[in-house]
Amino acid sequence: MSEPTPVARVVATPEALEAIGLLVAERGPVMFFQSGGCCDGSLPLCFDDGELIIGDHDVLLGRVGGCPFYIDGRQFEVWQHTQIILGVGAGAPEGFSLPAGEDGHFVITSRVFAPDELRAGPLRKGDTVVDS
Amino acid sequence: MSLTTDPVTTPTTPTNDEFVAPGRPGSLVEVKPRYENFIGGRWVAPTKGQYMENVSPVTGRPFCEVARSTPEDVELALDAAHQAKEAWGATSLTERAAVLNRVADAIEANLEMLAVAETWENGKPVRETLAADIPLAVDHFRYFAGATRSLEGRSTEIDKDTVAYHFHEPLGVVGQIIPFNFPLLMAAWKIAPALAAGNCTVVKPASPTPWSILKLAEVIGGIVPPGVLNIVTGPGGEIGKALASSPRIAKIGFTGETTTGRLIMQYAAQNIIPSTVELGGKSPNIFFADVMDEDDEFLDKAIEGLVLYAFNKGEVCTCPSRALIHESIYDRFMQRCLERIGKIRQGNPLDPATMIGPQVSAQQIEKITSYVDIGRQEGAECLIGGHHAHLGGELEGGYFFEPTVLKGSNNMRVFQEEIFGPVLAVTTFTDEADALSIANDTLYGLGAGVWTRNGNLAYRMGRAIKAGRVWTNCYHLYPAGAAFGGYKISGVGRENHQMMLEHYSQTKNLLVSYSTKPLGFF
Repeated sequence: MSEPTPVARVVATPEALEAIGLLVAERGPVMFFQSGGCCDGSLPLCFDDGELIIGDHDVLLGRVGGCPFYIDGRQFEVWQHTQIILGVGAGAPEGFSLPAGEDGHFVITSRVFAPDELRAGPLRKGDTVVDS
Repeated sequence: MSLTTDPVTTPTTPTNDEFVAPGRPGSLVEVKPRYENFIGGRWVAPTKGQYMENVSPVTGRPFCEVARSTPEDVELALDAAHQAKEAWGATSLTERAAVLNRVADAIEANLEMLAVAETWENGKPVRETLAADIPLAVDHFRYFAGATRSLEGRSTEIDKDTVAYHFHEPLGVVGQIIPFNFPLLMAAWKIAPALAAGNCTVVKPASPTPWSILKLAEVIGGIVPPGVLNIVTGPGGEIGKALASSPRIAKIGFTGETTTGRLIMQYAAQNIIPSTVELGGKSPNIFFADVMDEDDEFLDKAIEGLVLYAFNKGEVCTCPSRALIHESIYDRFMQRCLERIGKIRQGNPLDPATMIGPQVSAQQIEKITSYVDIGRQEGAECLIGGHHAHLGGELEGGYFFEPTVLKGSNNMRVFQEEIFGPVLAVTTFTDEADALSIANDTLYGLGAGVWTRNGNLAYRMGRAIKAGRVWTNCYHLYPAGAAFGGYKISGVGRENHQMMLEHYSQTKNLLVSYSTKPLGFF
């Protein structure tokens, strides 16, 4: 009997996957980092892959459209009971993030895991994960 | 007791005192169809000729265009700044301070105009811009005009013939990235000390609020020598990055979120330059039981102190967004607070009677809504508000959100993340140790509030809370001269104090021997 598959910590909507596909086709691989704090905090920031240096204490939540999605390890501690759903909102990004499509920006919504839900990870940088 | 869960908005009947919206007949504020960058003391069209619409959050409609600059424009601004830096750095303190004082005078002379512009740009109520944002900006320039003249270098007598002199020298050209929540005041916080210390600056305003600082440039552009102050508008991902990663700046100042803060520090590390980053908070506001010992003016002040989470629609890095209330007074105190929250007037921010205006952008509404949703999923109880408010008429397209209170526990994400909207997370504590534990159980450490009639308790709490600023029996005061900055991931560095002059200066040590005797080694 096979092990049940753990639920991904980050998933992407079809719109987000399409936007990622466009970005990758245009610029090459990209990365996501979940932000926090002031102003545009709580937004997922999208950069060219490698633009932000990933530290040993950052957590790789998973992959979306083949691209890694990270969060600060300390922030993960207080977010880990929720699943992140990457989507696309209207309007160009207000901060440093790459856009999602022509006139969009990446956003997240969240879902609280059920208490008995088997969750993936957490992972550290360099760990191999399949697309969620 | 019953706590209302009805939508909170008090419908606002416009008063006759309402300011006319910028650009309309009779307004104090002229609006041009299009704005260029302010570089080298003049208006310069963006190299690629691109512009972007600038939207007022009050109506959700564009009202002018600003330059959609590219890295080439950042280079032009850096060229102008580098050209100006030698002369400005060599300008006497008398003259530099006089320039800053003239800047302050000019802002003061245009106080109402700039207040109305700022309100239209950001959505904050004009009662706040008239009484806080603009007067504080004026005072900030005056403070640093005085501070720079009173800052003395030090000398040390190493021995009777050897003296170590320490001089403050300007860094040269600095980059400064301004947040959207106080477009003019945060600009003043950054520009005043940089200029006072003899630097030239290239400023990038936030993407949602690029225009009011250009109105400021119209007011002060002729006072500051050409190239000393340069303003470039455009998307953060392009020109913010071009500025922050440029090897032609000697320091970068940034206010914003944590990931971009990391990126800014990373770019600074690559160029081996200093950075000051202010990255937000999740500030606790703690109410001890004795605030309710009397029903007096102080209790009234404490109630207002809780409701201050709605100040500037919660778009404040130090928003007191976590209220911790002693369990013995929770029901009575919260009832009084909810009554006060229910009386918040939401509406056109150009009406001086309006207490809460629209959030700065549609994206902020989107984020706040998603947080209220996750709060509900986590089991938080919504005591009041909770919805995107639709005010009808011309304001229907505005980004209004009801003042909201969520009751829950500190491990919920709504207690751990900065929502940057009028959303208060409230919980109770059992005793002093419990209050301190909850207060410090956060990744952030920017601000905090402590309310008690017991001075000893207030002092103990103030010293034990891990935050850069602990307001004691007050909140949301931002006087020049009170250092502001974060512990933990709220950032690195301080603003709003004379010590900033050191952060915007190099230290030059002249080690001088007045002896004629050789060392004797060779």
